[in-house]
Amino acid sequence: MADEAPARSGGTASTATPIPTEAAGSAHALPAAPARAGRRGTRPGLRKGLEIAFFVTPALVVFFGFVIWPVGKAIQYSMYNWKGYGPMVDFVGLKNFVYVLGSEVFQAALVHNLVIIVASIVIQLPLGLALALLLNRKIRGRNLLRTIVFVPYVLAEVVAGVIWRQMLQADYGLLETIFNFVGIPTPQQGFIGDPDFALGAVMVVLTWKYLGLAVVLFLAGLSGVPEELNEAAQIDGATWWQIQRGITLPLLGPTVRLWGFLSMIGSIQVFDMVWILTRGGPAESTATMATFLYGFGVDRNLIGVASAASVVLFVIALIFALTYQRFILRNDLRGTDLAAPGKGRKR
Amino acid sequence: MSTSTLEKQAVRTRRPRRTEGSRRSNLFVYAIAAVVVAVTLGPVLYGVLSGFRTNTDLSRNPSGWPEVFTLANYTNILTGDRFWGYAFNSTMIALITTAIVVVTGIMAAYPLARYQFRLREPLYMVFVLGLLFPVAVAVIPLFIMITNDLGWGDTWWGVALPQAAFALPTTVIIMRPFLAALPKELEEAALIDGASRIGFFWRILLPLSGPGMVTVGVLAFVGSWNAYLLPLLLLRDDTMKTLPLGVADFSTRYASDMVGIFAYTSLAMIPALVFFLALQNRIVNGLQGAVKG
Repeated sequence: MADEAPARSGGTASTATPIPTEAAGSAHALPAAPARAGRRGTRPGLRKGLEIAFFVTPALVVFFGFVIWPVGKAIQYSMYNWKGYGPMVDFVGLKNFVYVLGSEVFQAALVHNLVIIVASIVIQLPLGLALALLLNRKIRGRNLLRTIVFVPYVLAEVVAGVIWRQMLQADYGLLETIFNFVGIPTPQQGFIGDPDFALGAVMVVLTWKYLGLAVVLFLAGLSGVPEELNEAAQIDGATWWQIQRGITLPLLGPTVRLWGFLSMIGSIQVFDMVWILTRGGPAESTATMATFLYGFGVDRNLIGVASAASVVLFVIALIFALTYQRFILRNDLRGTDLAAPGKGRKR
Repeated sequence: MSTSTLEKQAVRTRRPRRTEGSRRSNLFVYAIAAVVVAVTLGPVLYGVLSGFRTNTDLSRNPSGWPEVFTLANYTNILTGDRFWGYAFNSTMIALITTAIVVVTGIMAAYPLARYQFRLREPLYMVFVLGLLFPVAVAVIPLFIMITNDLGWGDTWWGVALPQAAFALPTTVIIMRPFLAALPKELEEAALIDGASRIGFFWRILLPLSGPGMVTVGVLAFVGSWNAYLLPLLLLRDDTMKTLPLGVADFSTRYASDMVGIFAYTSLAMIPALVFFLALQNRIVNGLQGAVKG
């Protein structure tokens, strides 16, 4: 996953919270407004409205000013041929979109994003689950292990990227030396210098960096599985493996699906790690949608084209998210914060 | 890694009860744990160790143990004029970002958690949908808006405000259930005693929401500290750059100074690691609270 992923960075390590909270629908039976409220000369309803406005306004201003407005501007820019300075007068309609969608580099970038999405889930899900199940057993040093597993996630993408770039170097790279020592041939240009290997190398680094988040999230989910269930199953003679398959994993479902969602959103916008490791090269073999739009917007000043690419990225992220929510998160969200308003009502 | 195949073997050797077999499987668990630790910390330790070497030593034997230990790489960076300036900018931007996020985020989460009004859920959905707005989508317009229109290029605020805006969804989503979980009786008692809702917020809710505040604060701080894309665009002047930009610049400018680059990255990761280790339980608990179904 990337960047703020959740963050953000990628990703951010943020989690939407599937807690059946009171907030999801149940009425807070507040006491009848004290008679005092009337004395202030405002109607209670109006006063409540003003209070709500007072609390929500700062966040809304920041959010609209620096998230919604720029995204709106991106949509506007995407219909102009514009260099980023001077008047924006050259309206070209959908021409930028035609260019972006027809560009072979962008198509390749989109494919790379899809590869990263799929590979992240296919690699990190089984590994993360296996590690979480192992670390969930009562072994010595468990807390230390949890900390260690999470370390790569805390490092800045730039720091992790630069260290790995050094290790992946063609001549002095640590990995090359190790591979050659064992007798495995390595590409002439080094792993990130060879178009056939570069995306795989980026994927390895992303896995290293984000596996810890999966493990920590899964462990958090496992801590919510009641111990009694395991004990009961053990008394009934279930093996450790049967317990994991029959009890633990099904109960972990919501956490896994939530992680999948975060991972997907992060993979769609991956930029930092790729930019540090390869700049999208060699020969565009690791370009992603984000590096594509950065190249056009910042290096070539083609704001219109870059904005069209960012709108495409946004639409794709939205389609993925809605599809995921519709088919995979559907049951988890019932009665939680993320459910569509009105659906999460308690009986 | 072939953990899954190993896992299958382990399962086969496992007995139903905790008997002699569990000792063997425990050994297996420790073996896996050792591999995980090696793979996870390997690159980090390699970077730190290589920072103590010389370039000739490193190029002669990249995978070997250092022949000579030297502090020169580290002291050069620490006595250079740039490193501390970068670190200071990173700190200030992270602090401003965190302050904005925590203050506005908690204020917004309060009515969303404890008031009844018609627009509550739609309003909440606005923040939740914010999760789907990648920074990459907004980055070009933000650059134009902040650098050209507002003239905030190369300022701390210019970077902190958009970063805070993108951290708000997470904050509101984490804080809302947290605030909603505080007992109703507190609120009733306060109102009966004549406190207004705003008074209740200041005097009772804020002091009680410390743990939640720390969780969202840490997430915002670390996110800002590690951020790359936005600062890369908004901070052009070298005196205003943050540490990640400094690391990236150094590694391209002195590409041949391998050990210097390793020393630089090692120094750059210390603050985030220390910060994280000091508060890791808070972070993990916050995540746990958020994930528990």
